[in-house]
Amino acid sequence: MPVIPPSFAYHRPSSVKDAVGLLAGFGEDGRVLAGGHSLIPMMKLRLAAPPNLVDLGGISDLKGIATDGGDIVIGAMTTQHELIDSDLLGKKIPLLRETSLQIADPQVRYLGTLGGNVANGDPGNDMPAVMMCLNATYQVMGKGGERRIQARQFYQGAYFTALEPGEILTAIRIRPPGDGHGWSYHKLKRKIGDYATAAAAVVLTMSGGGSVESGAIALTNVAETPLYAEAATRLIVGSKLDAATVKEAVKAAEAITSPASDRRGTPHYRTKMAGVMVARALAQAAQRARGG
Amino acid sequence: MAKSQVSMKVNGDQIDALVEPRTLLIHFLREQLSLTGPHIGCETSHCGACTVDLDGKSVKSCTMFAVQANGADIRTIEGMANADGTLHVIQEAFREMHGLQCGFCTPGMITRAWRLLQENPNPSESEIRFGIAGNLCRCTGYQNIVKAIQYAAAKLNGVPFQEAAE
Amino acid sequence: MNDMTPTSAERAEKLEGMGCRRKRVEDIRFVQGKGNYVDDIKLPGMLYGDFTRSPHAHARIKNIDTTKAAAVPGVVAVLTAETLKTVNLAWMPTLAGDVQMVLADGKVLFQNQEVAFVIANDRYVAADAADLVEVEYEQLPCNVDPFKAMADGAPMIREDLKDKPDGAHGKRKHYNHIFNWQAGNKTETDAAFARADVTIKEMIAYPRVHPCPLETCQCVASFDKIKGELTLYGTFQAPHVIRTVGSLISKIPEHKIHVIAPDIGGGFGNKVGAYSGYICAIVASIVTGKPVKWTEDRIENLSTTAFARDFFMETEVACTKDGKVTGLRCYTVADHGAFDACANATKWPAGLFSIITGSYDFPAAHCSVDGVYTNKAPGGVAYRCSFRVTEAAYAIERAMDIMAAKLKMDPAEFRLKNLIRREQFPYTSAMGWEYDSGDYHTAMNKAMESVGYKKLREEQKAKQEAFKRGETREVMGIGVAFFTEIVGAGPSRACDILGIAMFDSAEIRIHPTGSGICRLGTKSQGQGHETTYAQIIATELGIAADNIMIEEGNTDTAPYGLGTYGSRSTPVSGAATAMACRKIKAKAQMIAAYMLEVHDDDLEWDVDRFKVKGNPERFKTMTELAWAAYHEVPPGMEPGLEAINYYDPPNFTYPFGAYICVADVDVDTGETKIRRFYALDDCGTRINPMIIEGQIHGGLTEAFAIAMGQEIHYDDEGNVTTASLMDYFLPTAVETPHWETDWTTTPSPHHPIGAKGVGESPNVGGVPAFSNAVNDAFAFLGSTNIPMPHDHWRIWEAAEKMGLHG
Repeated sequence: MPVIPPSFAYHRPSSVKDAVGLLAGFGEDGRVLAGGHSLIPMMKLRLAAPPNLVDLGGISDLKGIATDGGDIVIGAMTTQHELIDSDLLGKKIPLLRETSLQIADPQVRYLGTLGGNVANGDPGNDMPAVMMCLNATYQVMGKGGERRIQARQFYQGAYFTALEPGEILTAIRIRPPGDGHGWSYHKLKRKIGDYATAAAAVVLTMSGGGSVESGAIALTNVAETPLYAEAATRLIVGSKLDAATVKEAVKAAEAITSPASDRRGTPHYRTKMAGVMVARALAQAAQRARGG
Repeated sequence: MAKSQVSMKVNGDQIDALVEPRTLLIHFLREQLSLTGPHIGCETSHCGACTVDLDGKSVKSCTMFAVQANGADIRTIEGMANADGTLHVIQEAFREMHGLQCGFCTPGMITRAWRLLQENPNPSESEIRFGIAGNLCRCTGYQNIVKAIQYAAAKLNGVPFQEAAE
Repeated sequence: MNDMTPTSAERAEKLEGMGCRRKRVEDIRFVQGKGNYVDDIKLPGMLYGDFTRSPHAHARIKNIDTTKAAAVPGVVAVLTAETLKTVNLAWMPTLAGDVQMVLADGKVLFQNQEVAFVIANDRYVAADAADLVEVEYEQLPCNVDPFKAMADGAPMIREDLKDKPDGAHGKRKHYNHIFNWQAGNKTETDAAFARADVTIKEMIAYPRVHPCPLETCQCVASFDKIKGELTLYGTFQAPHVIRTVGSLISKIPEHKIHVIAPDIGGGFGNKVGAYSGYICAIVASIVTGKPVKWTEDRIENLSTTAFARDFFMETEVACTKDGKVTGLRCYTVADHGAFDACANATKWPAGLFSIITGSYDFPAAHCSVDGVYTNKAPGGVAYRCSFRVTEAAYAIERAMDIMAAKLKMDPAEFRLKNLIRREQFPYTSAMGWEYDSGDYHTAMNKAMESVGYKKLREEQKAKQEAFKRGETREVMGIGVAFFTEIVGAGPSRACDILGIAMFDSAEIRIHPTGSGICRLGTKSQGQGHETTYAQIIATELGIAADNIMIEEGNTDTAPYGLGTYGSRSTPVSGAATAMACRKIKAKAQMIAAYMLEVHDDDLEWDVDRFKVKGNPERFKTMTELAWAAYHEVPPGMEPGLEAINYYDPPNFTYPFGAYICVADVDVDTGETKIRRFYALDDCGTRINPMIIEGQIHGGLTEAFAIAMGQEIHYDDEGNVTTASLMDYFLPTAVETPHWETDWTTTPSPHHPIGAKGVGESPNVGGVPAFSNAVNDAFAFLGSTNIPMPHDHWRIWEAAEKMGLHG
């Protein structure tokens, strides 16, 4: 059975401008190649057969983790390995490292990029929910110039995002949640590196008195898109995360799920697991916010 | 499709070759360079039998096109032994600790273990297990592979190897 | 001898004979990436073959158009069933007395079945062309439920058998029925159940799984038109069988077929039988006059090659009220897929399933197995199963736990009460098997003491109370399994593969300078034969293991053998090795007597030499005798020092073990943590403890995977949903538990070195231990049986049904 990719023409521009120009020319016949660990397996199984690949690996402007005002800006071609290794991110946005360590395996993390993980619309990817949780902004470049899209507005369906044809994600901009914040990415999986059966991303800040001052909850792989659990979030803000509130938040999170049925479990199970992950992520985030 | 020129270093040798853009790095290494150490065990990038070391990274060579490796510095299992032909400490360790049976996962496993010990010269057992999670083995149950890596780490760090009780 | 002479012990140690942790010979090439696997082979002018496969589980083929495929530059030929019919190879015989399509002939019967074979000068071109073969299908209703296979109006899978009411194993009761096979005494067993105090009955289901060795199946076929000879390299666990079968079906005389199995990257029963890929590669080589390589990808491997299990065993145990078993009954439905390609010995369509009375003294037992056809891939016997022993062990170990729970007895105590006692060996089971040796109570007690069984049960009780009080959401399970398995197939009166008796062989030749070579009919796929057979020879002949070369896999030079699977290498070829050694030793003794001018009986053996009784300074070492064999033998004796033995075992061997698994289950997610796994194995004489441990680690890991998540799953339309490593559960080093291994040694009385074989024991005993642990965790809440696999969602659903989620 063919597990060899179909033929394609290979392009390796050295600037974002050139990449955008190439993609504009190819239209439907061109796709970007980032880390390749989503696209190449699909090409081997002949589920994707782009006649032209535009390799972003030679564009230095797409790398790097920098501060800009109060934001941290991460180049789209930053690998998971680089995210994990970054002291800046480890200090300011530890949720990223915790999530990244649960993605795939060491080899995949050496090449897999943050941009690839957030931009292709695969509901199984972990970073999109995390970006929604962090209220990240995606910086996107196309023929018409740069624009910015909120992660919370980016995902429209399975493999269907707000990216227009020919646009490239260039960077991800995140305002760090602030010193003393709590975070957690709780991912239920069949084995390490698997896509989530269900996962919840939580960030929150707590007051001295133990109330949640701000927060966000998002869910992975329990719908066609990652989910920002707005209702659940509103329920926990202002609360002390008492049992009753958490229970309500779990119900609210469950209510927005519509998981696929696959070998990870029935939709009912996965919905329930989304709830369990939310509860556990809230508990861990609170513990961390309290200095635990 | 017209072929592309690629140029890279493989196990210290300068290589210049022509490849189709779609030629996977694993096939380039195995078929064109006759480096049959790295193996193919799946097509969904799970098993890690194809693992090579590329520009300081452990990479699954089945999930990369040879053209992407243009200009890279690659090491495969064939480049692991010492210059005088003696086995690398890690290779010896795998033999010492019975860390292999059929040998099929072994090239990728040793290549990955080498990079793992570069990343973390003194890993705990759980760090080792996490560090080789991208390499599947069907024969050993991993226990002796972990022991082999612990043994190699101890030797490389110049400390005695403490074998944990069974 | 003087103070400088090494002692017997020192000399023995240097030999690295049986019992020592000899480092492996094969490692030297493997750790350098210098193994020689089939896909490493490159022959001049070699072509590549790839398959076009059916997306449908059941469909008629209306038309196959190969024009576009054949037109791709670099494509040399495209084979279909029509092509193969011209050489009478569109169908091939299976090892189970059935026939199987090599390429789809008129219809397809399972998803991914082979439809066309494209041959090209490049593997990439072959892939492109395989994609361009156009097949018109007319879909048919399919059935993947073995319980629906024999219903009225069920889709007929095998139209070719429509007018054949008799199968290879007797009358067929339905067009989708393959065989019924029974063992034991039905009358006595039914009587035992009729008068029993307590009975249990449970459907013990063992889902379909797959051995999934890391290297898939592959071959290189090279037909030399000038000589009329075929050379076939391949992933063959049984190279001689492939040669004989290859000759019978291709009509190439057997002496003109050279089968070579080089290094094999794991077999586990997946590489015993012949696959379409091999046949098509052979035909392609004949047709094109060039070598043809066929390699299979992982999806093809998982979805079309020899699967394992798919056995549904309705199991009943009868017992007295104080816990003595009196009867065992088991009715099984066996799903064989579309063709019965089970790699069983001829007389055993359900393998050695009747070992199902296990380690327990059942006075009466009966089992009945119905095999059926469905729209699934063919196969059935694989994956360290010892010919259906894994299925049997699972059924009996689950049943014993279920009965123990009903009797409110501890599962270990219940077993101790019913284990066959040491004095009863050799023991003839109610199914007619003569178990060679065993000391079960010693093993069981040792296991229980080693894990602190009593304390574990106390801890469990406390945890159960805590759970009931709502203080914890974790439940703790202790899984006990005491298995007996039957390996070393087998005695010729019972075992043959397509008529060839299941003996095995060893041919040993000692060279003038005292080293030697041993060639055998078995074939390692990672078991370390190059290391271990030499250890047997070292102990038998006093020649250092390092000085013995071991060779397997080349049918021209290796004596005929039935290959390696079913843990048979040590019991059969290991015995042949010892017997061949003893012939050599006998000849050496005569030479020694001649050289020392004494009578044969005046000599005694001391590790590596014959010495004169009462006069030990007079001796001849084996090295000296080797030289003498080529230099000056006694008058009338042939020169040389070699022997061959074909060993027809008098009986199977019966390794056994006691496994205890401690697991903690998170009731709210269904996740299970294996806290501890202790495995005590008795495989008789232990040739290389290091290698035994490795086998146990590997087999337990496979068992863990099977019990906790593996499944070859089909949806109702016959689509395989678990055909890649995304979904087929292969644990990484992170999930895999730590294994504690232990042993007792009860030699086999009928085996020349007392060894029984061990490779499959961990899978046989492991799966029930894990499954019993999960089940034991919920038993206190009234649960009787939670079926495998014990993946998260299924455990959670079981907990949900028990009302544990509030």
